[in-house]
Amino acid sequence: MDRPAYNYDIVKHFVHWSILWGAVSVLVGVIISFQLVMPQLNFGEYLSYGRLRPVHTNAGIFGFAVGGFFALFYYMVQRLCRVPIWSNGLARFQLWLFNIIIVLSAVTLLLGFSQSKEYHEMEWPIDILIAVLWVGFTINILMTIFKRREPQMYISLWFMMAALIGVAVLFVVNGLSVPVTLFKSYSAFAGTNDANVQWWYGHNAVAMVLTVPPLAVFYYFLPKSTGVPIYSHRLGIVAFWSLIFMYLWTGAHHLLWTPIPDWVQTLAMAFSIMLIAPSWGSVINGYLSMNGQWHQMRENYLVKFFILAITFYGLQTLQGPMQAVRSFSGFIHYTEWIPGHVHMGTMGWITLLICGAFYYLAPRLYGRELYSIPLANLHFWLVLIGQLIYSVSMWIAGVVQASMWHSLNDDGSLTYTFVDSLLAMYPYWWIRGLGGVIYLLGIGVFVYNIAMTARGAQTPQQAAQQA
Amino acid sequence: MWERNPVIFLLLATAVIMVGTIVTMVLPFAYVNTERDAIESVVPYTALELAGRDVYIKEGCNNCHTQTVRPLVAEVIRYGDYSKSGEFVYDRPHLWGSRRTGPDLARIGGKYPDQWHYEHMRNPAGMVPGSNMPPYAFLDNRSVDPELTRRKMDVLGFPYTEEEIRALAGKTDMDAMVAYMQKLGSDIPWREQQRVALVGELENPFSGDAAAIAEGRELYDRNCAACHGSGLRGGFAASLDRLHYPEEVFFRIIHDGIQPLNMPSFAGMGSERIWKIVTYIDSEQVAP
Repeated sequence: MDRPAYNYDIVKHFVHWSILWGAVSVLVGVIISFQLVMPQLNFGEYLSYGRLRPVHTNAGIFGFAVGGFFALFYYMVQRLCRVPIWSNGLARFQLWLFNIIIVLSAVTLLLGFSQSKEYHEMEWPIDILIAVLWVGFTINILMTIFKRREPQMYISLWFMMAALIGVAVLFVVNGLSVPVTLFKSYSAFAGTNDANVQWWYGHNAVAMVLTVPPLAVFYYFLPKSTGVPIYSHRLGIVAFWSLIFMYLWTGAHHLLWTPIPDWVQTLAMAFSIMLIAPSWGSVINGYLSMNGQWHQMRENYLVKFFILAITFYGLQTLQGPMQAVRSFSGFIHYTEWIPGHVHMGTMGWITLLICGAFYYLAPRLYGRELYSIPLANLHFWLVLIGQLIYSVSMWIAGVVQASMWHSLNDDGSLTYTFVDSLLAMYPYWWIRGLGGVIYLLGIGVFVYNIAMTARGAQTPQQAAQQA
Repeated sequence: MWERNPVIFLLLATAVIMVGTIVTMVLPFAYVNTERDAIESVVPYTALELAGRDVYIKEGCNNCHTQTVRPLVAEVIRYGDYSKSGEFVYDRPHLWGSRRTGPDLARIGGKYPDQWHYEHMRNPAGMVPGSNMPPYAFLDNRSVDPELTRRKMDVLGFPYTEEEIRALAGKTDMDAMVAYMQKLGSDIPWREQQRVALVGELENPFSGDAAAIAEGRELYDRNCAACHGSGLRGGFAASLDRLHYPEEVFFRIIHDGIQPLNMPSFAGMGSERIWKIVTYIDSEQVAP
């Protein structure tokens, strides 16, 4: 059968930009982690913690993760549909607009133009650009799917389509606001309603940006790397529909014990616990796909990335529902436990998965083998160790902090002042910073490896053979 | 069939996503910010307070500070009465936050005098030793734009008078920030409602106890010295070394605070530690 001319060029560009923004995000993350222990690192108003922190989160979620999904979706959709992208021009436009938006976002956030809503800080003109970007992407992917030459739609395509719709709905509703000037707007919703809408968005952005698209990637790249199909198509179907049904009920678990109506909090808690089932449906599907293939964990470095990623996803989706239990939330919410949890997801699940997928793509994009597999292994171990140091220190810190906040004397007075609990955090913050540095080193190795592959430098093995 | 037809798939997926969305996101609009949770005494922000709120947003203060007190024992003791929905009807956007690197601010209004906030914003570690909050001294150099604030008040539908707008001229972002801090949590009379009546005879269990004096000094240095100066000699708040009150009066003041002077209540400290501070204050009194 004739082979269509797939557009790998656009994939390559999105890979490059995604890696760049990812590295920026981790670097800023390390900087702000040290600002917490050394406040003198807050240099003036433009580089203070309050302004850098949204740059860190947005560069990570939208620059690295979404940029990565643009690359991986464009790769997958062509292969799965056996047709080239519907419009190369539109994809090209999307690449430009994407980078313009990321740069504009970073600059405006540092200048202090912020809507303050978590993971949705950028002001309204950028929101509009993002909506245009997303519509362009959606049209391109959907048209490619409509024109496909493969009658079936593989699991990955469902996850992709659900993400396209989900993100659009969430983003537009949460972004509704009334402009005052070009740089200032007020949310269309007030107080408790605004909080509820915000966390419906905030949590489900985790669903539609950081769960559904990576699962699309996982379902495609794991079997491609192992050479063995996914264990169960049927389990994939059940897990998919129950996941996208249940996820949207759970946002209010970020608002337990706050003034939103009790019945909303109770529903959020109940659905969060039920969400374990569909999440683990995908985890189990991944593990069972490895039946008889576990030796590949040793022999095939790609599999290591994917299996560790899905393992962190599994741990994350046990910890998440646990945190949604009211009593537990009362204890650990607002503490360092939460960054520990979040970073297990972002550093463990998302980044391992995207990096693994990029390693898979590298030989196909550059037409030559990866520069160095030992370096890829080094990258793997550095980010794994960095991530574990980060999360474990933050979990312990969170429990210490919560115990101090809740501790009472016999006469009913508080045992510790707030500052006591703050001072107790410093050692953990230092350890977290160390974890961040190790993680950043791992990302450095990754960037070097991909850059050397792209430049077509000889691998150390080839050089040794020629000598 | 949906496995082959993308249009049907998209419709199905949208419908599935909308179920939870409608129940947990759309439906609450029928319950929240309605008659049910309205509080009469809650009023919109003044022009200066609104300008301060926007500085708070601009500087990303919500990354470290929350603004909801949860109905949990320790939290109510630490911060004050738990938050109610009706307190937030004028908040666009909400600023509840998700992380407490610093303490919750929902009830900060009226807790400290204005001067405390000015000094603290300029040099946090100077007022709270060990604090990791960045300094915000640069707010002194930025001024509030009266015309912009007028437009903001118009958009939000908040009432203002021409005098109020004119009065903004010459105000700094720092003034606005402090005004906003003092507004937080002051809409409902929770301090009076929460006041614990001290009953029975108040007698210092530590009178003259040297160990208690040492502990009291430590507590004083951490909690009182920022305003009242080291060794009771006074700061921007009154010096205490010449106030020859009976011990019982000192105890009551520390326990209840003095509202008109923004002296906070330290009831949450527990009577034992308050008595130790009283013992220390007594020991430092300068003879008349």
